[in-house]
Amino acid sequence: MIEVSNLTKRYAGRTAVSDISFAVARGEIVGLLGPNGAGKSTTMRVLSCFMPATSGTARVAGFDVFHQSAEVRRRIGYMPENNPLYPEMRVREYLKFRARLKGLGWRRSRERVTTVMEQCGLADVGRRVIGQLSKGYRQRVGLADALVHEPELIILDEPTIGLDPHQIRAVRQLIKSLAGKHTVLISTHILPEAEMMCSRMLIMFDGKILASDTPENLQRRMAGNSQIIAEIAAPAGALRECFSQIPEIELFDVSAGEGEFQRCVLTPRDGLDLRPMIFALARDRGWVIRELTRHRHSLEDIYVQITRPDEEEE
Amino acid sequence: MLREREAPMKIFWTLLRRELSAYFFSLTGYVIIAAVTFLIGESFAQLIDGLGTDPWPMPVTQMFFGSIYFWMIVLLVSPVITMRLFALEKASGTFETLMTTPVGDFQVVASKFAAALVFYVVMWLPLLICLLIVGRFTNQASALDSGTVGGMYLGIFLAGGFFLSFGCLASALTRSQMAAAMISLAFGISQFALAWWAKNNPVSEQWQSQLLSCLNIFDQMNDFARGVVDTRAVIFYASVTMLFLFLTLRLVESRRWK
Repeated sequence: MIEVSNLTKRYAGRTAVSDISFAVARGEIVGLLGPNGAGKSTTMRVLSCFMPATSGTARVAGFDVFHQSAEVRRRIGYMPENNPLYPEMRVREYLKFRARLKGLGWRRSRERVTTVMEQCGLADVGRRVIGQLSKGYRQRVGLADALVHEPELIILDEPTIGLDPHQIRAVRQLIKSLAGKHTVLISTHILPEAEMMCSRMLIMFDGKILASDTPENLQRRMAGNSQIIAEIAAPAGALRECFSQIPEIELFDVSAGEGEFQRCVLTPRDGLDLRPMIFALARDRGWVIRELTRHRHSLEDIYVQITRPDEEEE
Repeated sequence: MLREREAPMKIFWTLLRRELSAYFFSLTGYVIIAAVTFLIGESFAQLIDGLGTDPWPMPVTQMFFGSIYFWMIVLLVSPVITMRLFALEKASGTFETLMTTPVGDFQVVASKFAAALVFYVVMWLPLLICLLIVGRFTNQASALDSGTVGGMYLGIFLAGGFFLSFGCLASALTRSQMAAAMISLAFGISQFALAWWAKNNPVSEQWQSQLLSCLNIFDQMNDFARGVVDTRAVIFYASVTMLFLFLTLRLVESRRWK
């Protein structure tokens, strides 16, 4: 559906996007993650034919975004950052206007507007003036506009920014319902959202793509450094002596927990899962264990690690 | 996915309707119309006052053009009408949503200019009412002579096209409505200065002087107001309008090459 190869975009002496390449298959929901200034919005603007690339190519549904831009624009629905709308128009009026611009006929545009308003929860606010709507509703109008002509590719730039958790959930559910029939490219810097919505994520930083994988795989890549946390009722000295004798434990830290329990944080060597070993150890010595967990790296840890300026991981 | 091929004219009408609704369903639009109506009325009141019961020395329309009001209106109104056309869209971001639909740049420029022109013509309709009143209550047959009124409206239309097309160009140059308005105003004033200079310098054999007399919009409008349609003037206005619109189109298209 999307094929980007060696895309570079420079403006005013600054390189916003630097030689990126990626592909998105039909029906996928892909997230573009990255801090502000990473190049996500620029990439989306190039894909939606709003601005040309400095070099490299991008193709949507087989059409080149520069040479066949009208064909590309017919097949995409785009919601830019900050969701710009015409505040003086009414919701239904605006959506009908947009539907007509995208090539739908009178009858078809009326049908689609009704459908899309129901889909986005706008059925009650059809006659309201957009300028008087709350942010949540305005975001839904922007989404409805992106969906109105049933595009093959939907590009959403920060669709949930400024929304409250309830509204975010509604938008998330809507986007998930689009998978399969539509291809969706979302940019966000809200990690839990990306984790929940996207089948694949591209992490961008400083104009480059640093990682491209499913959330589970990204987790797995970090799992090698996962620490084990255990709370064991035993004298601290004995614990330390035990741990130092086990070669699989690279580092350990024992500190006082509640009552007689000691809190142990163990770093394994070579990504081993130490939990069975610790359990066996405690059982043999007759120590009580009340917690034995493997610290699961949140996506945030992965993200922060990957986007650290002095350290990059491909 | 059912979709009809979008005909260019259909897109043009859709865009035009939306631009017109932005003018006619907004407070600013009616404030402009009200202000212009007031100025037109004021000018006629002064004219009639000045003449007392003397006969009108020249056609009513010509007298109106002779007054400062006509030019003041044209000068001030075209920046105000056109400043938001492109600048507001670019500043608010709706330009991005507009240009990522399958619309052509030409249709966008054409529809915005056409909407500005339609609004401008509607804005001048109160002039007809003033002429009607003058015709009714005085013995001036020439007030409603179709030749002079037709010529006058043609002049208004052509002058409008001229200044509004430049206003479109100014609006497309910048993201700031104020800057666009200033640029348009500067252009308008420079045209007036040119015309004033031409008026005060007698026409001589030199080509510079001939050229200057062609650019004398005051005299041209005077002719129109008398009902005299000089095709040279028509061609001048029409072609310069086309030039400004062409430049506007190039500006809008240029974002694709940057």
